[in-house]
Amino acid sequence: MKFYATLVLMCAVAWPAMTTAADEPLSFAAPHLQLRYEHLLEELRCLVCQNQTLADSHAELAQDLRSEVHRMLDEGLSNDAILEFMVQRYGDFVLYRPPLKVSTWLLWLGPLIAFAAALVAIVRHARKRQRPAQELDATERERLDRLLADHQRES
Amino acid sequence: MRFAIPFALFAVVVAFLAVGLQRDPRLIPSPLIGKPLPTFELPKLSAPAQRVTAADLVGQVYLINVWASWCVACREEHPLLVELARQQQVPLIGMNYKDERPAARAWLERHGNPYRFSLFDAAGNLGIDLGVYGVPETFLIDARGVIRYKHVGPLSQEIIEKEFLTRVHEYERSSG
Repeated sequence: MKFYATLVLMCAVAWPAMTTAADEPLSFAAPHLQLRYEHLLEELRCLVCQNQTLADSHAELAQDLRSEVHRMLDEGLSNDAILEFMVQRYGDFVLYRPPLKVSTWLLWLGPLIAFAAALVAIVRHARKRQRPAQELDATERERLDRLLADHQRES
Repeated sequence: MRFAIPFALFAVVVAFLAVGLQRDPRLIPSPLIGKPLPTFELPKLSAPAQRVTAADLVGQVYLINVWASWCVACREEHPLLVELARQQQVPLIGMNYKDERPAARAWLERHGNPYRFSLFDAAGNLGIDLGVYGVPETFLIDARGVIRYKHVGPLSQEIIEKEFLTRVHEYERSSG
């Protein structure tokens, strides 16, 4: 128990350090630029440590790319232009949200297709269970009548 | 028969994962293949006053090798580059990436200098324009200045011969 309490405490202490942008604090005086800067860093992947955003990564390349983003915002480029700059050099991989195109449609639509398939399967299964019991044929009905009559006589 | 559909789905998932696990996630397809070498103007490592531009290099098939004295994997491939330069099969141009002049020069003295010259990209700007993310990287540029092939990570003799030299000969033939 004590161990888990310590673990939770350690994570709680480390959390703010993990979520703030790494290393040199490049920032903007203007709040709207600062917002765009932070938003862009969350959209871009660090190529060295591939599961981190540019905002999170301590890699030297990430620092360089952060200052590139900073420079381009300073020069008044649009968000799209900045993302395009990165894609031209590092490919779609640099984007955390890959664009929808022929090579990525399965990635985007796959979960939707799986969900639709599951829905169809559930509906079909439910229908099958609701289907009324089969009609009895003549011999079965005769046997049922006999059984019921026997039962009534006994009681 | 009941289990045919779940089993088929399971098999498809396994097939996807099997293919996915075999791939090296560090190999990212470069969008620069087939595009012209980005423009730049950088000093030479050996002569800070001499500046080289992309246009200066047009007219020959050559390799650009991105290296640095702090790069451990560069030491691994370096003997192969020295040997390649000795054979004079293709011009090698170095790009010294995010390094310091004294350290880089000392490194070449110790390990040998296979490069005609090295560009000195201290700020890493050409590195960003070339989409460099894992030094060493090697690019093949054709006689018109178009990037034709890129390898990320240390070279091996097999990669040099199969991936680079065959292409070098091909592009040398096509450019006459």
